[in-house]
Formats: sequence, structure tokens, C-alpha cells
Amino acid sequence: MKKILAILLTLVAFSAFAVMGMAEGVMTYADYAAAEMDTEVVIETYVQAHQSWWDNKVTVYTQDQDGAYFLYELACSEEDAAKLVPGTKIKVTGYKGQWAGEVEVMDGTFEFVEGGDTFIAEALDVTELLGTEELINHQNKFVSFKGLTLEGVEYKNGEPGDDIYLTVSYNGQSYSFCVEVYLTGPDSDVYKAVAELQAGDVVDVEGFLYWYEGVNTHVTSIAKAQ
Amino acid sequence: MITRRMKRLALLLMLMGAMALLSGCHGSKGLVAFEVPDTFDESRTHEITFWAKNDTNMTQVAIYEKAIEDFEALYPNISVNLRLYTDYGRIYNDVITNISTNTTPNVCITYPDHIATYMTGTNSVVPLDALFDDEDYGLGGRMVKFDSPVQEEIVPKFLEECVIGDRHYALPYMRSTEACYVNKTYVEALGYELPEVLTWDFVWEVADAAAAKDEEGNYLLNGQKVMIPFIYKSTDNMMIQMLRQKGAGYSDAEGNILIFSDETKEILETVALHTSRGAFSTFKISSYPANFLNAGQCVFAVDSTAGATWMGSDAPLTDIAEDKLVEFETVVMPIPQFDPENPVMISQGPSVCIFNKEDPQEVMASWLFTQYLLTNDVQIAYASTEGYVPVTAKAQESAEYKDYIARCGEDNELHYDVKIKASQLLMDQTENTFVTPVFNGSASLRDAAGQMIEEVTKGVRRKKTVDDAFIEKLYGDVASLYRLDQQSGRSASTVDSGALGPLPATSVILLAALCGTWAAMGLYLLIGVLRKKKAKR
Repeated sequence: MKKILAILLTLVAFSAFAVMGMAEGVMTYADYAAAEMDTEVVIETYVQAHQSWWDNKVTVYTQDQDGAYFLYELACSEEDAAKLVPGTKIKVTGYKGQWAGEVEVMDGTFEFVEGGDTFIAEALDVTELLGTEELINHQNKFVSFKGLTLEGVEYKNGEPGDDIYLTVSYNGQSYSFCVEVYLTGPDSDVYKAVAELQAGDVVDVEGFLYWYEGVNTHVTSIAKAQ
Repeated sequence: MITRRMKRLALLLMLMGAMALLSGCHGSKGLVAFEVPDTFDESRTHEITFWAKNDTNMTQVAIYEKAIEDFEALYPNISVNLRLYTDYGRIYNDVITNISTNTTPNVCITYPDHIATYMTGTNSVVPLDALFDDEDYGLGGRMVKFDSPVQEEIVPKFLEECVIGDRHYALPYMRSTEACYVNKTYVEALGYELPEVLTWDFVWEVADAAAAKDEEGNYLLNGQKVMIPFIYKSTDNMMIQMLRQKGAGYSDAEGNILIFSDETKEILETVALHTSRGAFSTFKISSYPANFLNAGQCVFAVDSTAGATWMGSDAPLTDIAEDKLVEFETVVMPIPQFDPENPVMISQGPSVCIFNKEDPQEVMASWLFTQYLLTNDVQIAYASTEGYVPVTAKAQESAEYKDYIARCGEDNELHYDVKIKASQLLMDQTENTFVTPVFNGSASLRDAAGQMIEEVTKGVRRKKTVDDAFIEKLYGDVASLYRLDQQSGRSASTVDSGALGPLPATSVILLAALCGTWAAMGLYLLIGVLRKKKAKR
């Protein structure tokens, strides 16, 4: 009887993983979110964007239907980095860490999930969550903000070429966003779009909900609100 | 007929390509050694590039720009193009990429460790001794159009740091050291009194005590959920200084690696012990020391004196929200010591090197600009932006600089007390500073030194057992990763591209194209010879 039960449980477990399209030992987003800091994590997730490859490392923004991950300096060859196109499913093993409030996977390695499906996240409108404690629950997701007031634009070195720091406000509260040059460089549309904006413009913003001592969205698009 | 024409055209194109590639590769073959010309020809114009680093500090950027403007007014025939970086590592990588194509900048802010690697390109970096001594255009030279310091006015200790082998390959630009920024309020709240000189034992003991929590997981000291009692920004400096203080080996001038020792193991075990007690972390693992210090989440924060404007409750620069700032008394102290009677600390900060060019007059233009960076105007203005120290006695002893130092604490901007105390710390301790030997590969060794502390700290946090086996494996992994197992006995003049890491993609493409062109040319000639032979038969 015990043997039958064990077999049945194993079958149930296998079928559950199969239904979710996940390999055995892979955590769900809920498992990941609940995991202690500095523990090993194994996730399957979908590439949404990545920063420029450098020194056999690449920093990747990923998301699945349940949540998002920031994979900091994932070990990666230049050849593989070129294959990390949006939607690609990868399996990542690393350690959960936190840097200046940003929860991320550190010291990770990855493999492509052969025959895996694809997923590209729609931007989640989190405008009304600005200034609330709920916002952090969406950390790293691809998000949008509508009707923010641009208060200031500051180039990191005083001139184009490096990061751009944006100060935006909503409901009287100011926030720091960033056009991260390793994600969207000077040739990108967003980098050029910022140069056309003026303080006081009301803008719609999309980007990844990064954290640095508070919300610090890595902006991927910005335009005057219609 | 068309085919033969195409072949000839192809050959012509290959030859042209080869010539272009050869001229493009001139830098990789090496330049003729620079010789000081008899005179600087002011009738010719020169456009030079200056790659500079700032600490994400716009005042520093403005000072560079003003220095260029003032210099160009003195020398209208020289135009200086500024390229800004906020990271020494990026400058290093970009220079390496550009050496192979002889597109290096003219003047570059850098570290001697990096220069040792730049020197793998033949005559790529200009030795400065002959320029120093030139009566007309040298330091304090007769024909120099500004008040240039004479060699003796450069702080000897700082100038010595620019010697590689037996020659000067750089001028010091700014100097800093590390400081321990202490939350004195917390130290006293824990029942301790700060000693005159911080010791490692004291810091570890207080840090352990600061890690105590209540039943709900709040730290007793600050009532918060977060507390990193002791956080270190640059763990490579931490390891280097601890070894030096212990009199233990790190490397020698010949490039022999001495770091995998019992003393290193002892340091790593100590780090592991206190990490396990929740007393220690690093910048790479947690974040900037200033952010924790200013939020009342840290007791001892070790960072560069060049980061002093970020330290303390009233710091002029901060990355954390105002409502997170905590009021406390900040004390600036030298880093912890093993022997308080004989304190030892690292000397760091940017130097300036000059890259060789085919035209000696262009190098002279670079040299004049480099010298200009040592004038009092530039030195005092830049040093005052952070806890830097001017590198000339001429600037340090000027009335203007003494007035600046004397006004410590007068305001929380230019005269911010933590910043000026950090500068004063280095001026008081200059004779107790040291630098590590420079050789081709010393930059990798530095990275390896820090990596061992990072790995041990992460290992403990990840519940790994840090024991003899862990450290033995760590030594092997680090030696392999940083190629230290291939490193022994390489002086600065030794050319070894291995220390550069993998060649940049552009260089690989260039070299591959060059090889391909030569191979194609060889093949064409061979086919020609074979055909002739065949025809003879």
C-alpha cells in the first residue's frame, strides 16, 4: 500500500511539473519570493531584456506569468548573450541576494530551455501604486506609469554618454528613475527621447521596476502624455 | 577574361586591405621611443584627447573643463578634448582596446597597476624622466607658460609611486587613502570608548556586540531590521593592507605571487568568523557603506577618503531618502591596525600618464597639459571636491589651501568637516602609506586579493563551511581565474598578452583579417609558382 502511495505521489508531482511546464527542482515564483536571502535558487524564467555583455557576464531582466527577476552578472559567453532575445526561456541557478534594496539572483549560471515556450510581458500599469508599500511586490516587472511630471533630467557626467537620472513626480511625491546606459545606450530611442523633454512635461513611462534605495525604474520608453 | 580581371582586382584589393591593416596595426607593432624635441613648435596646432575619471561629482567635471579652458588660453595652438569616465576599470579596458590600433588617448588618468599593462605595447607609454628634466619645457621649465611645480615640489612619496622599473611613467594627480568612518554615538551606546588608534581587535569586538538582536529580530543598537556593523568598500585594499600590517607577503617587484599564505588564511578565517556573527559585509554583497552608515545601520564604514562627502548625517551628497537619515556623530579615523604603534595604510588616487604618438610635438603638447594639471589652481580646486590631498607641497603649503583646511566644519558644503578631516588624515599619515609593487599582472593580483574576502563572506552567508578545504579550493580557483598560476616572476617590462585577458573582439577581427590577407597573398603566390611549374612540364 505504501509503495502504491509513493508511486502515486511521484506521478502527481511529475504531472504537476508537466502541467506547469517546469523541470523538477525548479522553484515557482512564490517559492523564490519566500526563499531566504543567500540561499540557492533555481528558476525557469523568460528573458525580457538584458544589459550589454561584458567580461563573460550579462545582467538580465526576466519575468514569468507570476513575477520578475533581476539576474545580476549572470555568467555568460558573448555568443550566448546574443541569443538572450526577449521571450527566450532559460533555467537559472544562483543565489538570492539583496543589494541596496534590489532583490536579485547573484552568481548565477544558466542554460537555455530546449523547446521551451516563450513569454513577453505586457507592461503592468502601477501608477497608482507609487508611494505605497504594495509597489515593491512588483519589483523587477515590466511596468508603466501614466501622467508623471518630469521634474528634472541630469546626465551622470553632465553630458550625454552615461546614465541619465530622471526625477519624476506624482501626487506631489518625487521619485528617481534612471535611463541605464548599459540597457539603453545613447543610440536607443529612449535615450534620444529624453533629450527632447523639458522639466514640467507630463510623461508616460515604461521600464523595469528596479530598486536602488527605493524605486528606481530603469526606463525603456518615455513620451509626452497624450 | 572577366574572371582574370576579377582576380587581379581581388589581388589589388587584398594588397590595399593588407596595407591598410598594417598601417592600422602600427600601434601593435610598436612606436619609436619618444625623444624630447629641442623646442615646442607653437606655430603648429594639436588636438589632444584627455580621458579623465570623476567620482560622479559634477564639480570635478567643471574643474576639468575649466582647467582645459585656462590651458587653451595659454596655448591657443593646443585643443584638448575631454572624455569622462566614472570608473577606472572602464578606462583600463578602453585603453587596452585602443593600444592595438594606436588610438589611445594622449593623456589619461590611471593607476600605475594599469600602466604596467599598457606598457605591453612597445613604447606605448612615454617615460617622463627626460621631460621632467628638460630645462625649457620640464617641471618648472623656463619656457612653460604657467607656474609649474619643480620636481622637488611634488610630494616625493607620491612621485615614487609613479616609478615602474627604473623610470617615471606617470605624474601623480590626486592622492587619497582609506578611512574608517565611525558612528561614535553607537560605539559609546555599546559601552565602548574609541581608542586613539583603531585596532582590528577593537573593531571586531564592537562589531560583534552591535550584531545583537532582540527576540523579534530587531537589532538592539538601532531598533531596525537592518544592521551591518562593519562594512568594507574595497576588499582588495582590505586584504592588501592587512597583509602589509602583518608583515606578510603579497607580491614582490619581480611579480612573484606571495598571497597564498598562512597569514592570508588567518585573515580569511577571521573574516568568516565575524561574518557568521552578522558583524561584517562588503560593498559588493550589500551596497555602499555610506548608505548604511547614514541610515544608522552601520558602526564602522571603511571607504576611500575620496568618498568623504557621502559620509555622515550631514553629508552634502547622499543616495538615501531624507527620512532614512539618522543623526549621529561621525569620527574619521585611519583604518584599523594590527600594530597601533606603527600604523600602515594604502596610498591611492589617480595618476596621469601620457601615450606616445608618432609626432613628438603632439607628445609635447600632451606633456604641457599634464604639467598644467599640477598647478595650484587645478590641484587645490580638485582636492577640495573630496577628501583628496594635492600632490604638490607647493599647493599643500599655499595660503589658499591652508585657509581651506582651517575652515573645517564652517559649512556642510565646501568646508564639510568629515571631508576636510579625511584630507587631513592623509596629510598626517603620508609617511605611513604604501603602494604595492607594480608589474604586468599586478592589477589581476589586486582583484584576486579582494575576491578571496568576497568569496569567504558569501560562503558564510550561504551556510557553507569555511574550513581548510574551502580555503585550499579557494586558493586554487582564484589562482586559476586570475591566471596567477602563470604569473610568477613577471616584471613590468615583460610583454605577456596573457595578463590582458582575452583580446577584444575588434582586435581579434583585425588580427584574423590580417592573417587571412597574408594567407591569401601567400596562397596566390604559391598557385602562381605551381602553375609556372606545371606549364614547364
